Amino acid sequence: MEYEAVIGLETHVQLKTQSKMWCGCANEFGASPNTHVCPVCLGLPGVMPVPNEEALRLTALTGLLLNCEITAYAKFDRKNYFYPDMPKNYQITQYDRPSTKNGLVEFEFEGKLAQVRINRAHLEEDVGKSFHFDRQSGLDFNRAGVPLLEIVTEPDITSPDMAYAYLEALKEILIHGGVSDCDMEKGMVRCDVNVSVRPIGQKELGMKIEIKNMNSFSGARRALEYEIPRQIDTLRQGGKLAQETRRWEDSTGMTEIMRTKEEAHDYRYFPEPDLMPLAPTPEWLAAVRARQVELPLAKKRRLMTQYQLPASDADTFVNDTPLARYFEAAATGAKNPKALANWVINNLRAKMAEAQITLADLKFPAASILSLIELVDAGKISSKIAQEVFAEMFASGETPEQVVTRKGLIQVSDTGAIEKFCDEAIAANPRSVADYQAGKAAALNFLKGQVMKLSKGKANPGLAGQVLERKLAQIK
Amino acid sequence: MSVREIDVRYVAHLARIELSPEEERQFGAQLGQILGYIEKLNQLDVNGIEPTAHAVPMVNVTRPDEIKPSLPAAEALRNAPAQANDLFMMPKIVE
Repeated sequence: MEYEAVIGLETHVQLKTQSKMWCGCANEFGASPNTHVCPVCLGLPGVMPVPNEEALRLTALTGLLLNCEITAYAKFDRKNYFYPDMPKNYQITQYDRPSTKNGLVEFEFEGKLAQVRINRAHLEEDVGKSFHFDRQSGLDFNRAGVPLLEIVTEPDITSPDMAYAYLEALKEILIHGGVSDCDMEKGMVRCDVNVSVRPIGQKELGMKIEIKNMNSFSGARRALEYEIPRQIDTLRQGGKLAQETRRWEDSTGMTEIMRTKEEAHDYRYFPEPDLMPLAPTPEWLAAVRARQVELPLAKKRRLMTQYQLPASDADTFVNDTPLARYFEAAATGAKNPKALANWVINNLRAKMAEAQITLADLKFPAASILSLIELVDAGKISSKIAQEVFAEMFASGETPEQVVTRKGLIQVSDTGAIEKFCDEAIAANPRSVADYQAGKAAALNFLKGQVMKLSKGKANPGLAGQVLERKLAQIK
Repeated sequence: MSVREIDVRYVAHLARIELSPEEERQFGAQLGQILGYIEKLNQLDVNGIEPTAHAVPMVNVTRPDEIKPSLPAAEALRNAPAQANDLFMMPKIVE
Protein backbone atom coordinates (compact mmCIF):
# COMPACT_ATOMS: atom_id res chain seq x y z
CA MET A 1 0.00 0.00 0.00
CA GLU A 2 1.23 3.50 -0.84
CA TYR A 3 1.17 6.16 1.86
CA GLU A 4 1.19 9.93 1.83
CA ALA A 5 2.32 12.40 4.47
CA VAL A 6 0.20 15.18 5.90
CA ILE A 7 2.22 17.93 7.54
CA GLY A 8 1.36 21.04 9.53
CA LEU A 9 3.86 23.47 10.98
CA GLU A 10 3.90 25.71 14.03
CA THR A 11 6.47 28.47 13.69
CA HIS A 12 7.48 30.75 16.53
CA VAL A 13 8.88 34.12 15.54
CA GLN A 14 10.27 36.86 17.79
CA LEU A 15 8.85 40.25 16.92
CA LYS A 16 11.15 43.18 16.20
CA THR A 17 10.35 45.58 19.02
CA GLN A 18 12.51 47.78 21.21
CA SER A 19 11.08 46.52 24.48
CA LYS A 20 9.54 43.28 25.72
CA MET A 21 5.87 42.32 25.48
CA TRP A 22 4.65 43.31 28.94
CA CYS A 23 7.44 45.47 30.38
CA GLY A 24 10.04 48.03 29.36
CA CYS A 25 13.06 45.70 29.46
CA ALA A 26 15.04 45.72 26.22
CA ASN A 27 14.24 43.08 23.60
CA GLU A 28 17.86 42.46 22.72
CA PHE A 29 19.80 39.29 21.99
CA GLY A 30 23.25 38.70 23.40
CA ALA A 31 23.26 40.85 26.54
CA SER A 32 24.96 39.38 29.59
CA PRO A 33 22.64 37.09 31.58
CA ASN A 34 19.76 38.54 33.58
CA THR A 35 20.49 42.17 32.74
CA HIS A 36 17.26 42.75 30.77
CA VAL A 37 14.95 41.66 33.56
CA CYS A 38 12.52 43.33 35.94
CA PRO A 39 9.83 42.25 38.40
CA VAL A 40 7.32 41.78 35.51
CA CYS A 41 9.36 39.38 33.35
CA LEU A 42 10.81 37.63 36.41
CA GLY A 43 7.25 36.86 37.47
CA LEU A 44 7.61 38.41 40.90
CA PRO A 45 4.37 38.69 42.90
CA GLY A 46 2.10 41.68 42.52
CA VAL A 47 3.20 42.90 39.10
CA MET A 48 0.93 43.84 36.21
CA PRO A 49 1.72 43.25 32.53
CA VAL A 50 0.84 45.96 29.97
CA PRO A 51 0.86 45.03 26.27
CA ASN A 52 3.43 46.61 23.98
CA GLU A 53 1.43 48.47 21.30
CA GLU A 54 4.11 47.95 18.64
CA ALA A 55 3.95 44.18 19.18
CA LEU A 56 0.18 44.37 18.66
CA ARG A 57 0.70 46.34 15.45
CA LEU A 58 3.34 43.88 14.19
CA THR A 59 0.94 41.02 14.93
CA ALA A 60 -1.80 42.66 12.86
CA LEU A 61 0.73 43.50 10.14
CA THR A 62 1.80 39.85 10.00
CA GLY A 63 -1.87 38.90 9.75
CA LEU A 64 -2.24 41.17 6.73
CA LEU A 65 0.95 39.84 5.10
CA LEU A 66 -0.31 36.27 5.57
CA ASN A 67 -3.75 37.13 4.19
CA CYS A 68 -5.37 36.55 7.57
CA GLU A 69 -8.43 38.25 8.93
CA ILE A 70 -7.69 40.60 11.82
CA THR A 71 -10.24 39.65 14.42
CA ALA A 72 -12.51 42.36 15.80
CA TYR A 73 -12.08 41.00 19.31
CA ALA A 74 -9.06 39.21 20.72
CA LYS A 75 -7.91 38.37 24.21
CA PHE A 76 -5.06 36.85 26.18
CA ASP A 77 -5.12 33.62 28.17
CA ARG A 78 -2.89 31.88 30.66
CA LYS A 79 -1.36 28.57 29.64
CA ASN A 80 -0.41 26.91 32.91
CA TYR A 81 2.62 24.69 33.21
CA PHE A 82 5.57 24.18 35.48
CA TYR A 83 8.99 24.60 34.02
CA PRO A 84 11.82 26.78 35.28
CA ASP A 85 12.01 28.76 32.03
CA MET A 86 8.74 30.47 32.97
CA PRO A 87 8.81 31.60 36.59
CA LYS A 88 5.16 32.78 36.61
CA ASN A 89 4.21 29.12 36.02
CA TYR A 90 2.10 30.21 33.10
CA GLN A 91 2.73 31.64 29.68
CA ILE A 92 0.50 34.43 28.45
CA THR A 93 -0.84 33.47 25.02
CA GLN A 94 -4.01 33.72 22.94
CA TYR A 95 -6.09 30.56 23.17
CA ASP A 96 -9.58 30.82 21.70
CA ARG A 97 -9.61 34.41 20.49
CA PRO A 98 -6.38 34.99 18.54
CA SER A 99 -5.57 38.38 16.98
CA THR A 100 -5.45 36.95 13.44
CA LYS A 101 -6.78 33.81 11.74
CA ASN A 102 -7.68 32.09 8.45
CA GLY A 103 -4.82 33.15 6.20
CA LEU A 104 -2.89 31.86 3.22
CA VAL A 105 0.77 31.77 2.24
CA GLU A 106 1.65 31.43 -1.43
CA PHE A 107 5.11 30.45 -2.62
CA GLU A 108 6.88 28.87 -5.54
CA PHE A 109 7.60 25.19 -5.14
CA GLU A 110 8.85 22.80 -7.82
CA GLY A 111 8.08 25.36 -10.50
CA LYS A 112 4.48 25.81 -9.42
CA LEU A 113 2.55 28.10 -7.14
CA ALA A 114 1.96 26.34 -3.82
CA GLN A 115 -0.55 27.41 -1.21
CA VAL A 116 -0.58 26.67 2.51
CA ARG A 117 -3.51 27.85 4.59
CA ILE A 118 -2.78 29.56 7.88
CA ASN A 119 -4.99 28.56 10.78
CA ARG A 120 -3.92 31.44 12.96
CA ALA A 121 -1.09 33.74 13.97
CA HIS A 122 -1.37 34.53 17.65
CA LEU A 123 0.66 36.58 20.07
CA GLU A 124 2.38 35.18 23.13
CA GLU A 125 5.57 35.64 25.11
CA ASP A 126 8.92 33.91 24.84
CA VAL A 127 10.38 32.07 27.83
CA GLY A 128 13.78 32.21 29.52
CA LYS A 129 16.81 30.41 28.12
CA SER A 130 18.16 27.36 29.95
CA PHE A 131 21.75 26.24 30.06
CA HIS A 132 22.51 22.71 31.14
CA PHE A 133 25.57 21.78 33.14
CA ASP A 134 26.76 18.52 34.69
CA ARG A 135 24.51 18.52 37.71
CA GLN A 136 22.61 21.77 37.45
CA SER A 137 20.75 23.94 35.01
CA GLY A 138 20.99 27.71 34.82
CA LEU A 139 18.38 30.22 33.67
CA ASP A 140 18.78 33.55 31.91
CA PHE A 141 15.51 35.50 31.78
CA ASN A 142 16.60 38.12 29.24
CA ARG A 143 14.45 36.32 26.67
CA ALA A 144 11.48 35.86 28.99
CA GLY A 145 8.63 38.09 27.88
CA VAL A 146 9.99 38.86 24.41
CA PRO A 147 6.97 39.17 22.07
CA LEU A 148 6.55 35.91 20.17
CA LEU A 149 4.21 35.17 17.32
CA GLU A 150 3.03 31.60 16.79
CA ILE A 151 2.06 30.95 13.19
CA VAL A 152 0.08 27.73 12.74
CA THR A 153 -0.62 26.20 9.32
CA GLU A 154 -3.42 23.90 8.29
CA PRO A 155 -2.16 20.39 7.40
CA ASP A 156 -1.63 21.39 3.76
CA ILE A 157 2.01 20.40 3.40
CA THR A 158 2.76 17.13 1.66
CA SER A 159 6.54 16.64 1.74
CA PRO A 160 9.69 17.59 3.66
CA ASP A 161 10.82 19.74 0.73
CA MET A 162 7.52 21.57 0.65
CA ALA A 163 7.79 22.19 4.40
CA TYR A 164 11.23 23.66 3.83
CA ALA A 165 10.00 25.86 0.95
CA TYR A 166 7.11 27.11 3.09
CA LEU A 167 9.46 28.00 5.96
CA GLU A 168 11.79 29.86 3.62
CA ALA A 169 8.86 31.73 2.08
CA LEU A 170 7.47 32.61 5.50
CA LYS A 171 10.85 33.89 6.64
CA GLU A 172 11.17 36.01 3.50
CA ILE A 173 7.71 37.51 4.07
CA LEU A 174 8.46 38.34 7.71
CA ILE A 175 11.83 39.89 6.94
CA HIS A 176 10.45 41.95 4.03
CA GLY A 177 7.53 43.04 6.16
CA GLY A 178 9.85 44.29 8.91
CA VAL A 179 8.09 42.05 11.41
CA SER A 180 11.10 40.03 12.53
CA ASP A 181 14.77 39.74 11.65
CA CYS A 182 14.29 35.96 11.64
CA ASP A 183 17.93 35.39 12.62
CA MET A 184 18.11 31.63 13.12
CA GLU A 185 21.48 31.85 14.84
CA LYS A 186 19.90 34.07 17.47
CA GLY A 187 16.92 31.77 17.86
CA MET A 188 14.47 34.31 16.47
CA VAL A 189 12.63 31.59 14.50
CA ARG A 190 11.85 28.12 15.79
CA CYS A 191 9.50 25.55 14.40
CA ASP A 192 7.60 22.48 15.51
CA VAL A 193 6.21 19.92 13.13
CA ASN A 194 2.99 17.89 13.15
CA VAL A 195 3.06 14.93 10.82
CA SER A 196 0.88 11.94 10.08
CA VAL A 197 0.71 9.42 7.26
CA ARG A 198 -2.30 7.74 5.63
CA PRO A 199 -2.91 5.40 2.73
CA ILE A 200 -3.26 7.41 -0.48
CA GLY A 201 -6.93 7.97 -1.16
CA GLN A 202 -7.97 7.80 2.49
CA LYS A 203 -9.81 10.87 3.70
CA GLU A 204 -9.31 10.55 7.46
CA LEU A 205 -6.01 11.78 8.84
CA GLY A 206 -3.60 9.32 10.41
CA MET A 207 -2.31 9.54 13.97
CA LYS A 208 -0.73 12.95 14.47
CA ILE A 209 2.78 13.00 15.85
CA GLU A 210 4.47 16.19 16.96
CA ILE A 211 8.21 16.71 16.59
CA LYS A 212 10.08 19.33 18.57
CA ASN A 213 13.63 20.58 18.99
CA MET A 214 14.53 21.52 15.43
CA ASN A 215 16.77 24.56 15.47
CA SER A 216 16.94 25.15 11.74
CA PHE A 217 14.70 24.83 8.70
CA SER A 218 16.96 22.13 7.30
CA GLY A 219 16.63 20.38 10.68
CA ALA A 220 12.84 20.41 10.20
CA ARG A 221 13.25 18.94 6.74
CA ARG A 222 15.63 16.24 7.96
CA ALA A 223 13.33 15.39 10.86
CA LEU A 224 10.46 14.89 8.39
CA GLU A 225 12.68 12.87 6.06
CA TYR A 226 13.36 10.55 8.98
CA GLU A 227 9.91 10.54 10.56
CA ILE A 228 7.68 9.91 7.52
CA PRO A 229 9.34 6.62 6.47
CA ARG A 230 9.44 5.59 10.15
CA GLN A 231 5.68 5.98 10.43
CA ILE A 232 5.04 4.25 7.10
CA ASP A 233 7.33 1.34 8.04
CA THR A 234 5.57 0.95 11.38
CA LEU A 235 2.18 0.70 9.65
CA ARG A 236 3.47 -1.64 6.91
CA GLN A 237 4.82 -3.99 9.56
CA GLY A 238 1.38 -4.09 11.13
CA GLY A 239 2.29 -1.78 13.99
CA LYS A 240 0.20 0.99 15.43
CA LEU A 241 1.06 4.64 15.85
CA ALA A 242 0.12 6.47 19.02
CA GLN A 243 -0.38 10.18 19.43
CA GLU A 244 2.89 11.36 20.89
CA THR A 245 5.48 14.08 20.98
CA ARG A 246 8.93 13.18 19.68
CA ARG A 247 12.20 14.97 19.99
CA TRP A 248 14.49 15.49 17.01
CA GLU A 249 18.12 14.73 17.76
CA ASP A 250 20.18 16.59 15.22
CA SER A 251 23.39 14.72 16.06
CA THR A 252 21.92 11.25 15.47
CA GLY A 253 19.46 12.30 12.77
CA MET A 254 16.61 10.49 14.54
CA THR A 255 13.46 11.30 16.46
CA GLU A 256 12.77 9.75 19.83
CA ILE A 257 9.71 9.70 22.00
CA MET A 258 9.28 12.55 24.51
CA ARG A 259 5.78 11.97 25.81
CA THR A 260 2.59 10.19 24.90
CA LYS A 261 -0.92 11.57 24.97
CA GLU A 262 -1.43 10.23 28.49
CA GLU A 263 1.45 12.34 29.73
CA ALA A 264 0.48 15.31 27.56
CA HIS A 265 0.20 18.60 29.34
CA ASP A 266 -3.09 19.75 30.72
CA TYR A 267 -2.58 23.47 30.39
CA ARG A 268 -5.81 24.55 32.08
CA TYR A 269 -6.16 27.63 29.90
CA PHE A 270 -8.17 30.48 31.33
CA PRO A 271 -8.58 34.15 30.42
CA GLU A 272 -5.72 36.35 31.64
CA PRO A 273 -7.37 38.56 34.25
CA ASP A 274 -4.56 41.13 34.21
CA LEU A 275 -5.00 42.05 30.54
CA MET A 276 -7.95 43.73 28.87
CA PRO A 277 -9.22 42.42 25.52
CA LEU A 278 -8.22 43.90 22.19
CA ALA A 279 -10.68 45.48 19.78
CA PRO A 280 -8.80 47.16 16.91
CA THR A 281 -10.33 50.48 15.80
CA PRO A 282 -10.62 51.33 12.09
CA GLU A 283 -8.04 54.12 12.51
CA TRP A 284 -5.59 51.79 14.20
CA LEU A 285 -6.05 49.18 11.48
CA ALA A 286 -5.58 51.81 8.76
CA ALA A 287 -2.25 52.81 10.32
CA VAL A 288 -1.14 49.17 10.31
CA ARG A 289 -2.34 48.72 6.72
CA ALA A 290 -0.19 51.67 5.68
CA ARG A 291 2.86 49.67 6.76
CA GLN A 292 2.08 46.76 4.45
CA VAL A 293 4.82 46.13 1.91
CA GLU A 294 4.79 44.32 -1.40
CA LEU A 295 5.71 40.69 -0.82
CA PRO A 296 8.48 39.04 -2.81
CA LEU A 297 6.20 36.79 -4.85
CA ALA A 298 3.75 39.61 -5.61
CA LYS A 299 6.67 41.81 -6.62
CA LYS A 300 8.02 39.15 -8.94
CA ARG A 301 4.66 38.74 -10.64
CA ARG A 302 4.21 42.50 -10.98
CA LEU A 303 7.69 43.00 -12.47
CA MET A 304 6.96 40.25 -14.98
CA THR A 305 3.67 41.73 -16.15
CA GLN A 306 4.43 45.43 -15.82
CA TYR A 307 7.79 45.33 -17.61
CA GLN A 308 7.55 42.01 -19.52
CA LEU A 309 10.63 40.74 -17.66
CA PRO A 310 11.64 37.09 -17.76
CA ALA A 311 11.24 35.25 -14.43
CA SER A 312 14.99 35.13 -13.86
CA ASP A 313 15.33 38.92 -14.14
CA ALA A 314 12.34 39.44 -11.85
CA ASP A 315 13.94 37.07 -9.32
CA THR A 316 17.18 39.02 -9.46
CA PHE A 317 15.33 42.23 -8.62
CA VAL A 318 13.29 40.57 -5.85
CA ASN A 319 16.54 39.47 -4.22
CA ASP A 320 18.26 42.82 -4.69
CA THR A 321 15.96 45.57 -3.47
CA PRO A 322 18.28 48.54 -4.16
CA LEU A 323 18.88 47.32 -7.72
CA ALA A 324 15.13 46.88 -8.17
CA ARG A 325 14.50 50.40 -6.88
CA TYR A 326 17.10 51.74 -9.33
CA PHE A 327 15.53 49.82 -12.18
CA GLU A 328 11.97 50.85 -11.39
CA ALA A 329 12.89 54.51 -11.02
CA ALA A 330 14.55 54.47 -14.45
CA ALA A 331 11.89 52.26 -16.03
CA THR A 332 9.16 54.89 -15.61
CA GLY A 333 10.69 56.80 -18.53
CA ALA A 334 11.83 53.78 -20.52
CA LYS A 335 10.48 52.83 -23.94
CA ASN A 336 12.16 49.45 -23.64
CA PRO A 337 12.11 48.34 -19.99
CA LYS A 338 13.16 44.82 -20.91
CA ALA A 339 16.38 46.11 -22.45
CA LEU A 340 16.88 48.34 -19.41
CA ALA A 341 16.58 45.34 -17.08
CA ASN A 342 19.10 43.55 -19.22
CA TRP A 343 21.61 46.39 -18.96
CA VAL A 344 21.04 46.84 -15.24
CA ILE A 345 21.41 43.15 -14.44
CA ASN A 346 24.03 41.99 -16.92
CA ASN A 347 26.22 45.06 -17.32
CA LEU A 348 25.68 47.48 -14.47
CA ARG A 349 25.61 44.87 -11.72
CA ALA A 350 28.66 43.05 -13.09
CA LYS A 351 30.63 46.29 -13.45
CA MET A 352 29.72 47.37 -9.93
CA ALA A 353 30.85 44.03 -8.53
CA GLU A 354 34.08 44.29 -10.49
CA ALA A 355 34.77 47.84 -9.28
CA GLN A 356 33.45 46.98 -5.79
CA ILE A 357 31.13 49.99 -5.68
CA THR A 358 27.43 50.47 -4.93
CA LEU A 359 24.64 52.27 -6.77
CA ALA A 360 25.33 55.36 -4.67
CA ASP A 361 28.85 55.59 -6.13
CA LEU A 362 27.77 55.62 -9.80
CA LYS A 363 29.17 58.54 -11.78
CA PHE A 364 26.37 58.63 -14.37
CA PRO A 365 22.60 59.06 -13.95
CA ALA A 366 20.17 56.23 -14.77
CA ALA A 367 18.98 58.35 -17.70
CA SER A 368 22.32 57.63 -19.41
CA ILE A 369 21.47 53.94 -19.66
CA LEU A 370 18.17 54.90 -21.27
CA SER A 371 20.00 57.13 -23.79
CA LEU A 372 22.38 54.28 -24.52
CA ILE A 373 19.48 51.90 -25.20
CA GLU A 374 17.87 54.48 -27.46
CA LEU A 375 21.09 54.84 -29.43
CA VAL A 376 21.09 51.08 -30.01
CA ASP A 377 17.37 50.88 -30.75
CA ALA A 378 17.66 53.77 -33.24
CA GLY A 379 20.46 51.93 -35.04
CA LYS A 380 23.02 54.63 -34.25
CA ILE A 381 25.42 52.25 -32.56
CA SER A 382 25.64 48.47 -32.56
CA SER A 383 25.09 46.57 -29.33
CA LYS A 384 28.74 45.62 -29.37
CA ILE A 385 29.80 49.26 -29.52
CA ALA A 386 27.24 49.97 -26.81
CA GLN A 387 29.25 47.78 -24.43
CA GLU A 388 32.29 49.91 -25.11
CA VAL A 389 30.30 53.11 -24.59
CA PHE A 390 28.92 51.73 -21.34
CA ALA A 391 32.40 50.97 -20.04
CA GLU A 392 33.44 54.54 -20.84
CA MET A 393 30.46 56.16 -19.18
CA PHE A 394 30.84 53.88 -16.18
CA ALA A 395 34.44 55.00 -15.78
CA SER A 396 34.05 58.71 -16.54
CA GLY A 397 30.40 59.64 -16.04
CA GLU A 398 30.17 61.04 -19.57
CA THR A 399 26.82 60.73 -21.36
CA PRO A 400 26.68 58.05 -24.05
CA GLU A 401 26.30 60.78 -26.69
CA GLN A 402 29.52 62.40 -25.46
CA VAL A 403 31.39 59.09 -25.61
CA VAL A 404 30.06 58.30 -29.08
CA THR A 405 31.00 61.72 -30.43
CA ARG A 406 34.40 61.83 -28.75
CA LYS A 407 35.39 58.40 -30.02
CA GLY A 408 33.62 58.64 -33.37
CA LEU A 409 31.57 55.52 -32.74
CA ILE A 410 28.43 56.39 -34.69
CA GLN A 411 27.32 53.35 -36.59
CA VAL A 412 27.88 53.49 -40.29
CA SER A 413 24.51 53.13 -41.96
CA ASP A 414 25.64 54.92 -45.04
CA THR A 415 25.23 52.35 -47.81
CA GLY A 416 28.09 53.79 -49.85
CA ALA A 417 30.60 53.28 -47.05
CA ILE A 418 29.28 49.82 -46.26
CA GLU A 419 29.45 48.83 -49.96
CA LYS A 420 33.11 49.77 -49.91
CA PHE A 421 33.81 47.62 -46.83
CA CYS A 422 31.87 44.73 -48.42
CA ASP A 423 33.84 44.97 -51.65
CA GLU A 424 37.08 44.91 -49.68
CA ALA A 425 35.97 41.90 -47.64
CA ILE A 426 34.88 39.97 -50.73
CA ALA A 427 38.11 40.77 -52.59
CA ALA A 428 40.28 39.71 -49.64
CA ASN A 429 38.50 36.40 -48.95
CA PRO A 430 37.88 34.50 -52.21
CA ARG A 431 37.83 31.22 -50.35
CA SER A 432 34.91 32.27 -48.13
CA VAL A 433 33.09 33.60 -51.19
CA ALA A 434 33.51 30.20 -52.85
CA ASP A 435 32.35 28.46 -49.66
CA TYR A 436 29.25 30.64 -49.54
CA GLN A 437 28.47 29.93 -53.15
CA ALA A 438 28.93 26.22 -52.47
CA GLY A 439 26.12 26.53 -49.94
CA LYS A 440 27.99 27.09 -46.65
CA ALA A 441 25.80 29.71 -44.99
CA ALA A 442 28.32 30.15 -42.19
CA ALA A 443 30.73 31.78 -44.64
CA LEU A 444 28.42 34.79 -44.77
CA ASN A 445 28.90 35.34 -41.05
CA PHE A 446 32.64 35.22 -41.51
CA LEU A 447 32.49 37.82 -44.27
CA LYS A 448 30.18 39.95 -42.15
CA GLY A 449 32.73 39.73 -39.35
CA GLN A 450 35.38 40.99 -41.76
CA VAL A 451 33.17 43.95 -42.70
CA MET A 452 32.67 44.78 -39.02
CA LYS A 453 36.42 44.55 -38.51
CA LEU A 454 37.18 46.82 -41.45
CA SER A 455 34.66 49.34 -40.13
CA LYS A 456 36.17 49.08 -36.63
CA GLY A 457 32.84 47.77 -35.39
CA LYS A 458 30.88 50.74 -36.61
CA ALA A 459 29.09 49.23 -39.59
CA ASN A 460 25.40 48.57 -39.08
CA PRO A 461 25.51 44.75 -38.94
CA GLY A 462 22.03 44.27 -40.41
CA LEU A 463 22.82 46.50 -43.34
CA ALA A 464 26.23 44.90 -43.84
CA GLY A 465 24.54 41.48 -44.07
CA GLN A 466 22.06 42.70 -46.67
CA VAL A 467 24.66 44.38 -48.83
CA LEU A 468 26.95 41.33 -48.67
CA GLU A 469 24.16 38.98 -49.71
CA ARG A 470 23.22 41.20 -52.62
CA LYS A 471 26.82 41.48 -53.79
CA LEU A 472 27.50 37.74 -53.46
CA ALA A 473 24.37 37.00 -55.48
CA GLN A 474 25.64 39.32 -58.20
CA ILE A 475 29.03 37.54 -58.37
CA LYS A 476 27.22 34.33 -59.12
CA MET B 1 -24.26 21.95 49.83
CA SER B 2 -23.22 19.17 47.46
CA VAL B 3 -19.61 18.10 47.62
CA ARG B 4 -18.16 17.74 44.12
CA GLU B 5 -15.80 14.90 43.46
CA ILE B 6 -12.45 16.09 42.17
CA ASP B 7 -9.35 14.16 41.28
CA VAL B 8 -7.09 15.61 43.96
CA ARG B 9 -4.14 13.47 43.02
CA TYR B 10 -4.26 14.67 39.39
CA VAL B 11 -4.64 18.32 40.38
CA ALA B 12 -1.79 17.95 42.86
CA HIS B 13 0.36 16.49 40.12
CA LEU B 14 -0.46 19.41 37.79
CA ALA B 15 0.50 21.80 40.58
CA ARG B 16 3.66 19.76 41.30
CA ILE B 17 2.63 19.26 44.94
CA GLU B 18 3.25 16.02 46.83
CA LEU B 19 0.37 15.06 49.13
CA SER B 20 0.12 12.27 51.70
CA PRO B 21 -3.01 10.08 51.44
CA GLU B 22 -4.35 11.86 54.48
CA GLU B 23 -3.78 15.27 52.88
CA GLU B 24 -5.43 14.07 49.70
CA ARG B 25 -8.58 13.26 51.69
CA GLN B 26 -8.42 16.50 53.62
CA PHE B 27 -7.82 18.79 50.64
CA GLY B 28 -10.24 16.81 48.51
CA ALA B 29 -13.01 17.53 50.94
CA GLN B 30 -12.05 21.19 51.26
CA LEU B 31 -11.77 21.73 47.51
CA GLY B 32 -15.10 19.98 47.04
CA GLN B 33 -16.70 22.39 49.48
CA ILE B 34 -15.24 25.36 47.63
CA LEU B 35 -16.54 24.06 44.33
CA GLY B 36 -19.91 23.46 45.90
CA TYR B 37 -19.95 27.04 47.06
CA ILE B 38 -19.08 28.30 43.58
CA GLU B 39 -21.93 26.17 42.22
CA LYS B 40 -24.32 28.60 43.81
CA LEU B 41 -23.67 30.72 40.73
CA ASN B 42 -25.64 28.15 38.75
CA GLN B 43 -28.76 29.40 40.48
CA LEU B 44 -28.42 32.71 38.64
CA ASP B 45 -30.23 33.23 35.36
CA VAL B 46 -27.48 34.27 32.95
CA ASN B 47 -29.53 33.98 29.76
CA GLY B 48 -28.66 36.80 27.39
CA ILE B 49 -25.49 37.75 29.26
CA GLU B 50 -22.28 37.66 27.18
CA PRO B 51 -19.55 35.62 28.81
CA THR B 52 -16.61 37.84 29.69
CA ALA B 53 -13.38 37.55 31.61
CA HIS B 54 -13.67 41.08 32.84
CA ALA B 55 -16.27 43.07 34.75
CA VAL B 56 -14.98 46.39 33.42
CA PRO B 57 -15.88 47.23 29.81
CA MET B 58 -12.45 48.37 28.75
CA VAL B 59 -10.34 47.41 25.70
CA ASN B 60 -6.96 48.22 24.13
CA VAL B 61 -5.02 49.10 27.25
CA THR B 62 -1.47 49.32 25.95
CA ARG B 63 1.88 51.03 26.47
CA PRO B 64 4.30 52.59 23.97
CA ASP B 65 7.25 50.47 22.83
CA GLU B 66 9.87 52.19 24.97
CA ILE B 67 12.79 50.75 26.88
CA LYS B 68 12.75 51.35 30.64
CA PRO B 69 15.63 50.56 32.98
CA SER B 70 15.91 46.93 34.04
CA LEU B 71 17.11 45.60 37.37
CA PRO B 72 20.85 45.15 37.83
CA ALA B 73 21.66 41.44 37.60
CA ALA B 74 22.76 41.33 41.24
CA GLU B 75 19.42 42.78 42.31
CA ALA B 76 17.47 40.40 40.05
CA LEU B 77 19.34 37.41 41.50
CA ARG B 78 19.12 38.53 45.12
CA ASN B 79 16.34 36.12 46.07
CA ALA B 80 17.70 33.20 44.07
CA PRO B 81 18.40 30.16 46.25
CA ALA B 82 21.43 29.47 44.06
CA GLN B 83 23.25 31.44 41.43
CA ALA B 84 26.40 31.22 39.31
CA ASN B 85 27.72 33.46 36.55
CA ASP B 86 24.62 35.64 36.84
CA LEU B 87 22.34 32.68 36.11
CA PHE B 88 19.57 31.37 38.35
CA MET B 89 20.79 27.88 39.26
CA MET B 90 18.55 24.89 39.88
CA PRO B 91 18.63 21.11 39.93
CA LYS B 92 19.25 19.83 36.43
CA ILE B 93 16.14 19.96 34.26
CA VAL B 94 15.48 16.74 32.42
CA GLU B 95 12.48 16.62 30.15
